Amino acid sequence: MSTADWPLWEVFVRSRRGLSHTHAGSLHAPDATMALRNARDLYTRRSEGISVWVVPSAEITASSPDEKDSYFEPAADKPYRHPTFYEIPEGVRHL
Amino acid sequence: MNPAPASAALALGDDALLLSHRLGEWAGHAPVLEEELALANIALDLLGQARVLLSLVGDEDELAYLREERAFRNLQLVEQPRGDFAHTIARQLYFSSYQRLLYEELAQGDTAIAELASKAVKEVDYHRDHAEHWTLRLGDGTAESHQRMQQALDALWRYTGEAFEPIEGLTVNWATLRARWTDRITTVLRQATLTVPSGPQSGSWAAGGGRQGVQTEPFGRMLAEMQHLHRSHPGATW
Repeated sequence: MSTADWPLWEVFVRSRRGLSHTHAGSLHAPDATMALRNARDLYTRRSEGISVWVVPSAEITASSPDEKDSYFEPAADKPYRHPTFYEIPEGVRHL
Repeated sequence: MNPAPASAALALGDDALLLSHRLGEWAGHAPVLEEELALANIALDLLGQARVLLSLVGDEDELAYLREERAFRNLQLVEQPRGDFAHTIARQLYFSSYQRLLYEELAQGDTAIAELASKAVKEVDYHRDHAEHWTLRLGDGTAESHQRMQQALDALWRYTGEAFEPIEGLTVNWATLRARWTDRITTVLRQATLTVPSGPQSGSWAAGGGRQGVQTEPFGRMLAEMQHLHRSHPGATW
């Protein structure tokens, strides 16, 4: 038995106080059921989470590091896309 | 709350302690890292149970590290060498199914053992789930995994009958417990395309006597490993 034969899974854990699942790491497992159990043992053993997702790493479509410039740089010099030009009314404390 | 019967706490505590040690032996040796963590997790759960149970009897360290072989009251099943991965899974299947049913029943009582049982039943539920999933995969996996799993189930079968001998101080319907255990094991093994072993579980040709302090040969070596540090450096702390 070798992990070389086992697919890689990405693990997402929703923490006790969080609303969304956050990427926690990855692991090897023979199938989805075992991946979920392995994820429980690897990433929630110190009561970090209340919900776990596992996703086959092969199913993730990611942007390429080579395309970083064309993807993300154009946004850098356009501050008007950020909602920072509003005056915050007095008395609003939690904004 | 009623005080827990010491003999029962000792028997259940020793089961948990020694199985925890056997599972811990996989650290650094498990087939894959993920599984090593899973086994270590289960071992730590059991160690936690052992600590609570042995504390009901006396000083937990003294009981774990300074008792002689004949003073232990665990089932012979839990002291057997860890064997290959199939042996470990077969034992987990037999033992966690037993412990799950037993704790469920003990949780109804009103002793300190009941308190532990109602807490531990959730973690044991996971231990059983882990063992059942691996049984399915090994039994219904490759020709070799099937053969090894069947061998392991057959080899450990003779140690299972002892689990249903009444433990002094516990009010449990042992016959019902045994029937439920057999049902559960039969269902899982059938689903895993494995055969329920047909050899004896009790009587001659079967093991027994662990609860009376009669242990098998591998026990002494294991105890030596488990106790040597504490005995060489009494009172050592981190």
